[in-house]
Amino acid sequence: MSIRKTLKRSLTALTIGAALTVSAIASAEETIKVGVLHSLSGTMAISETTLKDTVLMLIEEQNKKGGVLGKKLEAVVKDPASDWPLFAEKARELLEKDKVAATFGCWTSVSRKSVLPVYEELNGLLFYPVQYEGEESSKNVFYTGAAPNTQAIPAVDYLMKDLEVKRWVLAGTDYVYPRTTNKILEAYLKSKGVEEKDIMINYTPFGHSDWQSIVSDVKKFGSEGKKTAVVSTINGDANVPFYKELGNQGISAEDIPVVAFSVGEEELSGIDTKPLVGHLAAWNYFMSVEDEKNAAFIKSWKTFIKDDKRVTNDPMEATVIGFNLWVQAVEKAGSTDPDKVEKAIIGLETPNMTGGIAKMLPNHHITKPVLIGEIQEDGQFETVWQTEKEVPGDAWSDFLESSKVVIADWTGKETGGKPCGNYNTTTKKCSGQNFE
Amino acid sequence: MSYRTFDATKHLRTIVLTAFFSVIANTTVWAEATSDIDETTTTAPVQTPNNSISEISTPSSSDQEKTDSVEENSVSDTTKTIPPSEDVFAVATSLLTEKSFKKKEQAIDLLINSNDERAKQWLAVMLKGKLYYHKQDKFIAFVQGSKITQAANNEVLENTTKKAFKKVTINNKLRKLIKAGIAKLSLSSPDPETRLKSVNTMLGNITPESAEILAKLADNEKDKKVRKAMLLGMAMSTLNTGTKEQQLQAIKDVSGSLHASARSRLSDLKNSDDKDISAAAIKALEKIETKVKMYGHAETLFFGLSLGSVLVLAAIGLAITFGVMGVINMAHGELIMLGAYTTYIVQQLMPKYIDYSLFVAIPLAFIVSGIVGILIERTVIRHLYGRPLETLLATFGISLILQQLVRTVISPQNVPVSNPSWMSGALEVNSILSLTYNRLYIILFCLLVFAALFYIMRNSSLGLQVRAVSQNRNMARAMGVRSARVDALTFGLGSGIAGVAGVALSQLTNVGPNLGQAYIIDSFMVVVFGGVGNLWGTLVAGLSLGVINKVMEPWAGAVLAKILVLIFIILFIQKRPRGLFPQKGRAAGD
Repeated sequence: MSIRKTLKRSLTALTIGAALTVSAIASAEETIKVGVLHSLSGTMAISETTLKDTVLMLIEEQNKKGGVLGKKLEAVVKDPASDWPLFAEKARELLEKDKVAATFGCWTSVSRKSVLPVYEELNGLLFYPVQYEGEESSKNVFYTGAAPNTQAIPAVDYLMKDLEVKRWVLAGTDYVYPRTTNKILEAYLKSKGVEEKDIMINYTPFGHSDWQSIVSDVKKFGSEGKKTAVVSTINGDANVPFYKELGNQGISAEDIPVVAFSVGEEELSGIDTKPLVGHLAAWNYFMSVEDEKNAAFIKSWKTFIKDDKRVTNDPMEATVIGFNLWVQAVEKAGSTDPDKVEKAIIGLETPNMTGGIAKMLPNHHITKPVLIGEIQEDGQFETVWQTEKEVPGDAWSDFLESSKVVIADWTGKETGGKPCGNYNTTTKKCSGQNFE
Repeated sequence: MSYRTFDATKHLRTIVLTAFFSVIANTTVWAEATSDIDETTTTAPVQTPNNSISEISTPSSSDQEKTDSVEENSVSDTTKTIPPSEDVFAVATSLLTEKSFKKKEQAIDLLINSNDERAKQWLAVMLKGKLYYHKQDKFIAFVQGSKITQAANNEVLENTTKKAFKKVTINNKLRKLIKAGIAKLSLSSPDPETRLKSVNTMLGNITPESAEILAKLADNEKDKKVRKAMLLGMAMSTLNTGTKEQQLQAIKDVSGSLHASARSRLSDLKNSDDKDISAAAIKALEKIETKVKMYGHAETLFFGLSLGSVLVLAAIGLAITFGVMGVINMAHGELIMLGAYTTYIVQQLMPKYIDYSLFVAIPLAFIVSGIVGILIERTVIRHLYGRPLETLLATFGISLILQQLVRTVISPQNVPVSNPSWMSGALEVNSILSLTYNRLYIILFCLLVFAALFYIMRNSSLGLQVRAVSQNRNMARAMGVRSARVDALTFGLGSGIAGVAGVALSQLTNVGPNLGQAYIIDSFMVVVFGGVGNLWGTLVAGLSLGVINKVMEPWAGAVLAKILVLIFIILFIQKRPRGLFPQKGRAAGD
């Protein structure tokens, strides 16, 4: 009796199990897998969790519209835990084990550089949504964030022309992005006739909190009779004590404006913004931009995240643009094959959220408008200046001696017929995908 | 039990070394990556110390020209047709409702030149971002929370909501203009402080016109300070415009001033064609430079002491738990973090009384961190006495647990902690040297905490028992000291002090789950450098490390300064493993 019962039970269990496996296989065949490679723990979690949620929201919306190529999208979320080598490991998992069609992920250039060889080796597609220092163009990566010429250079132009700034403090956190960006900016400023003695460069460690002497130096530097501005590539939460110290030492935005490249709505949402009012930030998108697309996006984001206080920011917009371009490219190519998608995506256009068009260029960067905003008391930005039309992103800076002759063109038109990410126009040689 | 201290010191050397090498490793990685970057990047150019800009706008030649021309325009405008003041407000209203900043600029000029008391109110409200206009009816209103007042007649509007209004947005240029305007309008304010502030604001870009205004007012000015500032302003204007004799006199008058724009004007005169003038200007500048340099040194010392006091505050709790008890408590940083979070919660609970929140937070943070400390001691550390390595691992685990707890319960993001109003701003000694209040209070607070702790250890019975147990546990027990209870209380005391330090740190740095990690290495460094088991050592070590760091920072950069300090400490503990003030006698072990 009992044996029969057990048998019966195990049989049922088996059948159910088998059925489940079959359905699992069936559903796996029907979906297109999309990788999400953003840190959900560690220091970068603060910023990256939002982007993971953005991709999940986009996938949900796309599935409501019927998916892509008649198949549903399925997100595969990996947590690289703000650990750069782990990024490469997780990327390999996504490509080899999960066989994702495309990956949306990474934040900071270190993490991107860490996964880059993996994507090139296994021929995957990565959409990188954050501003970066340029000097790179890979066949397998699409850079939907800003390059220096779509963020830093226009911001400096604004300061120079509209605010008539004559002396420059380039302050940054000590890592690759600020170092390279400042190198480009320094070269750019010098090309505009700014003298060596009118440029002060300063680097601080991650999470620096004792800003007294640096702010005091800036104050001295700024009180020599010429209009001074700070161009800040200070990263993450080190910004808060920096602005606080500026306020305490009585430097207001009218005296010495600070234009930041890494301070957005998300970073401002957690802090007391009073000492920051009037300081500037340069981005390609602000939550405060009045545009129908933007309003709809903010609304759907707040509904999806179930929190009316959550803000949107620039890397989120870049993620949306990247996602929309990928969906279009897959539909155009009729396949998720990386090579076909890569060919199809170049030249595609999608509306951005500031009333313009984002176009994927042959160098895998996109066109972006540049906006300068002043920080308001409510943690939002008030746009005070913007470029007339979108600026095409430039992979290799025109202001560095070593890279001004280098171009990237993955269609091969400009690079002698062969697609190349690093083509030297004087020697007419393609030296691989990376510069050095 | 004394061997514990000995062991602990040895392990600490390893910790400091490891920390050092991790810093080195990080920096060398990019150093290789960016080796082609100019050498200048690591050294901040040492600029001649200069004037303070607190409350004074920075002068800039180009700006000056701009405001000059603006003022000239508006002056001529107003002399042509002086509109009745009602008209001024009507025109200003129509201009302010436009989106263009140029139009708003015109409106602000009109308001400034109206010389109307109400214009000052308009400008002040606009500066605060509380000036709104009705979207349809295009009238200006002041919005304070939910109270909306029509600007024209000060009538409180009941049947309307904020949604019907749009803010009059301003940018930096307008803000500067408004500030100068308010200064001009409040030159005749009855309050001498306000007058002084206004004059100082005007000194930033003095023009012949504004000097004329000052000259008129100076005759009737009774307050000495204000009068002096006004005369300085007049002299500064004469520097550029007067005859040779007047100019020479003006150089003399200005040479005592530390004001930034005085100096930039003087350095313009250095290249004057007239030899007498250029010589006088150079002499005056030299005189100023010596003073500036002196105040520069004072400033560095202040910065160093303030950084040092932060180090002392973070380390002093550890000086008790590690120094006296010999427990390597890796969760010390998290106890600091708990104190900072207590401040945050107190501020959330009493949002209207931010100014008093710290007085509530300090005792509360002491209790919270103290209780957590006692719990840790009773449940974990008690079982591990005499096994420093296991203690290290266990407390490291606890630190991770506490961090994750905060992440899950409160938020993984940093939380905002506001500064009370009495802690913001700076105490201006003169226009070069200004000491920020938050740093000043923290130095005082650090000394206070140290004094209190010192008193407890020296003069209370708990202190006596703690010292007895730490020197010879068995003997103390034989004398009737309940050593287990003393251990718990001592650990609680050290942890509580860490919590109090957290309150102070919450005013300076970000409050987030990682707050503690940022301070743990520094704390151990201070305690080891000062000499384990010695409170004085902690104080001296903390303050001197702070000063050393700040002295080196201007020429070595923040990153390198930190590395150099670590190298210095490594060399120091190689030479003197027991720190600055080693314990003497039997307690010292071996």
